[in-house]
Amino acid sequence: MSDIAKNPDRSFVRTENIPEAPPPISTAGVAGWMRANLFSSPANTALTLLTFYLLYLVVPPLFEWAFIDSLLEGESNKDCRGIEGACWVLIPKRFGQYIYGFYPEPERWRVNLTFILFCLNLLPVLSDRVPGRTFAALFLVFGFPIVAFVLLHGAFGLESVPTHKWGGLTLTLVFASVAILFSLPIGVLLALGRRSEMPVIRTICIAFIELWRSVPLITVLFMASFMLPLFTPEGVNANELLRALIGFIMFASAYMAEVVRGGLQALPKGQTEAAMALGLNYWKSMQLIILPQALKIVIPGIVNTFIALFKDTALVSIIGLFDLLLVARSAVTDPKWLGLEHESYIFAALIYFIFCFSMSRYSLWLERKLDTGHRN
Amino acid sequence: MSENAGEAGAVNTETLSNEPIIRIEGMNKWFGQFHVLRDIDLTVYRGERIVICGPSGSGKSTLIRCINRLEEHQKGAIVVQGIELTGDLKQIDNVRREVGMLFQQFNLFPHLTVLENCTLAPIWVRKTPRAEAEELAMEYLTRVKIPEQALKYPGQLSGGQQQRVAIARSLCMRPKIMLFDEPTSALDPEMIKEVLDVMVELAETEMTMLVVTHEMGFARQVAHRVIFMDEGQIIEQNEPEEFFYRPQSDRTKLFLSQILSH
Ligand SMILES: Nc1ncnc2c1ncn2[C@@H]1O[C@H](COP(=O)(O)OP(=O)(O)OP(=O)(O)O)[C@@H](O)[C@H]1O
Ligand SMILES: [Mg+2]
Repeated sequence: MSDIAKNPDRSFVRTENIPEAPPPISTAGVAGWMRANLFSSPANTALTLLTFYLLYLVVPPLFEWAFIDSLLEGESNKDCRGIEGACWVLIPKRFGQYIYGFYPEPERWRVNLTFILFCLNLLPVLSDRVPGRTFAALFLVFGFPIVAFVLLHGAFGLESVPTHKWGGLTLTLVFASVAILFSLPIGVLLALGRRSEMPVIRTICIAFIELWRSVPLITVLFMASFMLPLFTPEGVNANELLRALIGFIMFASAYMAEVVRGGLQALPKGQTEAAMALGLNYWKSMQLIILPQALKIVIPGIVNTFIALFKDTALVSIIGLFDLLLVARSAVTDPKWLGLEHESYIFAALIYFIFCFSMSRYSLWLERKLDTGHRN
Repeated sequence: MSENAGEAGAVNTETLSNEPIIRIEGMNKWFGQFHVLRDIDLTVYRGERIVICGPSGSGKSTLIRCINRLEEHQKGAIVVQGIELTGDLKQIDNVRREVGMLFQQFNLFPHLTVLENCTLAPIWVRKTPRAEAEELAMEYLTRVKIPEQALKYPGQLSGGQQQRVAIARSLCMRPKIMLFDEPTSALDPEMIKEVLDVMVELAETEMTMLVVTHEMGFARQVAHRVIFMDEGQIIEQNEPEEFFYRPQSDRTKLFLSQILSH
C-alpha cells in the first residue's frame, strides 16, 4: 500500500479492494474476552481483582462447610456433635416430607405420575421441536387440572387424599403452577378489557385490577381462608386450598394484566391498523398479530411475575397450608432435629432456586429464539 | 419527479367505465371539536386512479382512512362496492376484504416472515388453503420482484423492499380497490423508484387506486384525476395535465409552486 492510500490528504482513488481479514487475536478468544470484559480499564481491573478476592474469602469456606466438614447420614441431632460443617442428617430422613408433605406414602406414586404428566404436557408448550403446541396449551389450562385433581385428590376408585394432607414441594408446585397457568390468560383478557373501547368492560376491568392490586397478598389469603366462609351459605363451603388458590389467582392476574398492558402499549398503532385493513376482525388480529408481539416484548416482565408468584406461594404457610417453607420450618421444631435450622432452610432455598432459575434461563432462551431482527 | 411534460396526459380517460365503485356524499368528520373533513363529495369509478395531494394536515390521510373505516365519519354517506359504511361490523369487514391499504410506515408484521405476512389474511380471512395461499403469495412476491426474500423477516429488509412486501401482502387478498397513504415518503431516494415502478405496473392491471402522494411524476404518468385538498375540503380536481399546467385556484397554484420548486 502506498503512503497516499494510508494518508489521502490529496485526491485519492482506490484501485484495489482491501481483502476481508479475521479480527485480531486480542478481540477474539478467551484472552480477548477477558481483556474486553474484565480488564478494560484501571477501574474495571480494580473491581475485577476485588471481586476475585471476595470470592476467595467466601467460596472456599462455604464449600468446606457444605461438602467437606459436613455430615449426611445420621439418626438425630446427637450425631452432629463434633461436626464443624453442615449437618444434613435431617434432609434424607425427612426428604419425603419436604417433597410430599403428609401425602400417604403408598400413594405418593400419584404425585410423581402427576408431575411427569405435567412435564410431558408442558413440553410441546415450551419447545417447538415437539408438535401440537396449541392443543397442549389448551389442554394444560382446561384439561390437565382435572387430570391432576383426579390423580392427586382421588376419584374413580383411587383412594381419596384430602387436600390438608398435601404439602411440601407438591403443594408449592400445585399452587405455583395453577396460579401461573391461570393468571396469564386471565391477565391477557383483563389487559385487553382495560384497553377496550366499550366503557362498561373497561370500567369492570380497571376496577378488578386496581382492587386486587391494592390489597396485600397476605390479606387476600386471610380473607379467602377466614372471611369468605362467613359470607357463603353453609354447605357450599369450598375447600380451603381451593379458596386460597382462587384468591391467589385473582391477585396474580391483576399483576399480569398490567404487565401485558405494558406490551400492548409498546406496539405501534400501525400494527392494529394493518391487521384491520387486511380484514382481520378484533379477536383474530389480537391472536395473530398483537398478542404474539406484545407478549414477546414483555417476556422479562411475565417471567418476573412468574418467579415472584412462585416464591409468594410461601405465604400460604401463614394460613396453615403446609407448603415447602412450613415443612422446612416445622422439621426443626422436632426435638430430634433441633438446631438444624440452617440446613433445613438452605435445602428449601435450594429447591426454590432451582425452579426460579430454570424459569429465568428459559425466558432468556425464548427471547433469543423469538428475536427476528426487528427494532422499533 | 420528472419534469417530463411530453408524458403528461398519457392516461386515457375515455376508456374508463362509468360504474361507480366508491361514492362519498356530503361526508363530514370531526376529531373532537376539530372539523377535519368538510362536505366531501367524491365518486370513484371502477378502474380509476386518483392522486390526492395537499399541504400537511389537510385531511388527505383521514379521507382515505374513512374509506376502509380506519376512521369513522360522523355525517354523510360512504358507499364502497354497494356497501354503505355504518356501525355494522360485518359490513365493515366485507368492505375491508375488498380494499387494500398501504401505509407510510409499511406496517409489516415483524414477527412473521415475508411469506407469512402475505399468506396470513388469505388463510384467516378468505379461508384459502395454506398451499394455495403460499402459491399466490409467491406469485405476487415475484411481481414485486422479491421472491427470494420470502423466508426472511421484515426487519432484515430495506425500506423499499418492505414496502414492496406490503404491496404484495395487500394484493394477496385480491382487493378491488387499493389505497395508498404516502407510500414512498418514508423511503430513501434510491428506493422510491423501485416502489413507484411496482405501483405503475399495478396501475396497468386496471386496479382502482387512490394514492396520497407528492410524487408528481407518478401522478402525471398514471392518474386519471388529481385532487387537491386543503383545510379538510376538496379545493380543486382535474385531469393531471389541466391540474398541473392550468390550475385554477390560488391555493393550488401556491401549493404547486412550493412542491415543484425543488
Ligand atoms: N386521531 C386524531 N385525533 C385528533 N386529530 C387528528 C387525528 N388524526 C389526525 N388529526 C388531525 O387531523 C388533521 C388532518 O390529519 P391528516 O393526517 O388527515 O392530514 P394529512 O393531510 O394526511 O397530512 P400529512 O401530509 O401530514 O400526512 C391534522 O390537523 C391532524 O392533526
Ligand atoms: Mg397523512
